[in-house]
Amino acid sequence: MPGSRFNGFTDYGIGIGLRSPHYEHILTRKPVCDWFEIISENFMIDGGRPLRILDEILAQYRVVQHGVSMYFGSAEKLNREHLKRLKDLVRRTKTPWVSDHLCWGSVDGRYTHDLLPMPYTFEAAKITAQKVREVRDFLEVPIAVENVSSYAEFHVSEMTEWEFLNEVVERADCGILLDVNNIYVSSQNHTFNPLDYVNSVPAERVAQIHIAGHSKYRKYILDTHDHPVIDPVWKLYERAIQRVGHTATLLEWDDSIPSFQEVHDEAMKANKFLSSTLLAKAV
Amino acid sequence: MKLAALQKHMTRAVMTPLTPSEHMQRRAPGGGDMRRYASRFIKPNSRLTSFERLEIYNRQYWWRLLASMREDFSGLQAVLGDRQFEAMSKAYIVDCPSTSFTLRNLGAKLEAWLRKHPKWAGKKQQLALDIVRLEWADIEAFDGKSEPALRPEDLAAAAGGNIKLHLQPYIQLLDCKYPVDDLLLAVRDSGEDSTVASNAFSESKKRRRVRATAQLKPSEIFLAVHRVDESVYFRRLDREEFEILHALRVGKTLDNAIALGFRKSKMPVERRAATVQTWFQHWATLGWFCQTQQKPGKH
Repeated sequence: MPGSRFNGFTDYGIGIGLRSPHYEHILTRKPVCDWFEIISENFMIDGGRPLRILDEILAQYRVVQHGVSMYFGSAEKLNREHLKRLKDLVRRTKTPWVSDHLCWGSVDGRYTHDLLPMPYTFEAAKITAQKVREVRDFLEVPIAVENVSSYAEFHVSEMTEWEFLNEVVERADCGILLDVNNIYVSSQNHTFNPLDYVNSVPAERVAQIHIAGHSKYRKYILDTHDHPVIDPVWKLYERAIQRVGHTATLLEWDDSIPSFQEVHDEAMKANKFLSSTLLAKAV
Repeated sequence: MKLAALQKHMTRAVMTPLTPSEHMQRRAPGGGDMRRYASRFIKPNSRLTSFERLEIYNRQYWWRLLASMREDFSGLQAVLGDRQFEAMSKAYIVDCPSTSFTLRNLGAKLEAWLRKHPKWAGKKQQLALDIVRLEWADIEAFDGKSEPALRPEDLAAAAGGNIKLHLQPYIQLLDCKYPVDDLLLAVRDSGEDSTVASNAFSESKKRRRVRATAQLKPSEIFLAVHRVDESVYFRRLDREEFEILHALRVGKTLDNAIALGFRKSKMPVERRAATVQTWFQHWATLGWFCQTQQKPGKH
């Protein structure tokens, strides 16, 4: 949703994931781009080139932070060192909101560095929501949780994934980073109608949308972010935009990264759908 | 099954090493059948069994962490050879799984672990330790903290025997038994070139060069791993330079550091004052001294 408390009352358009192969192009050519999304962990460091580049980007562009290892859904306590470093970065970037995944990935302080799927239980929703609140209170910025692609489901689950997402965000009173590619990937892997998912998300909580490509294998689909967005994912995006309105949208491309221009062109395809919402508003 | 129990259960399986053919092991953690283990908490679907679904995560874990090891320790890989490096990396990850939110720190314990497990490097143990120390120093120097640098004129103004000069936190000082800086640069050069289309002859020549460099003869060197304009460089030091910088790093006064630097030196006494002055000028020009002392940050 544009300008809501879940995205710091901003009205961002189409953004691109900031990746190192594009640094030179961005800093020398200064292409037009509404905003960049950074992977927080890549910049939660003490100094050196990454922070200098980030500062140069920040001088010219708006930046939003996206994390990959907060693990809201891990049963263990939050990592305080992680939180402190994240807060330092939040102060540096002045990101209007921070996102991370609705998943788990660490046990007893050991990290898998993966986005492992949640069991969709009320117990897990309660634990996860509590941690989202703790992070928001510590960072003092809105939090948006992102639905992940998954390849496994658990016997203990008591609800669908979208019911679980709704349960968590209601309990935590936080925003959603709706990844329509992840919805598509999981729908293929677990055989559900992805539109049911998109249609049941609380529209007012959607702070941001992710689009991406993926890889198809014989028995499952893997979320690889190494291809253009496929038509069925654009269709989900179209439906999402119809429901949530003009919303900050980001294209993720993390592997086999093509030129900046190619990534930018792919992202700009979202304009077709976003502009229709502006048109509808004008009419 | 409660959340904490399920996560422990799944993590044990995900962190179990893959088979040589890169599949999930048939034997579950703690014994028993992995198929039964997986089916206790993961649902099958019409295309994949519980085992196969869990195997996707098991593979992703190992592929991701092994790729990180290869990226961070290409020099050690050249010393040990691909197969031995992969086997060593698996053993290391089993013993020292990541305890950080970032994979940057995955290799933090590798030097200590390799010392405890000399079988992996065999006769190349010292060379392996030296290259690991250099590769880890490179990581630390790349994104280590920097403080406002003292300019050469600040240094001149601060002159006095009892002052303590502080080294930039990102600077790493190494004493190595092998010239591993040459080896690492050769390995990286070979890696960079391989992305460019080139004929088989030059490819094989490059591989030979790396192999030859990996057979290095011992030759003691002293290094400062540092940054200029945010790029990391390896700068060779004289023994006396290294000793002085090391003494300053551990908090000795300027007088004491210089005295320690020349403790075992064969440099003629009459040359020392001018040499020290030149060194300090170079170091100050490179911005190696800073106003406050901070220990390199831990992630």
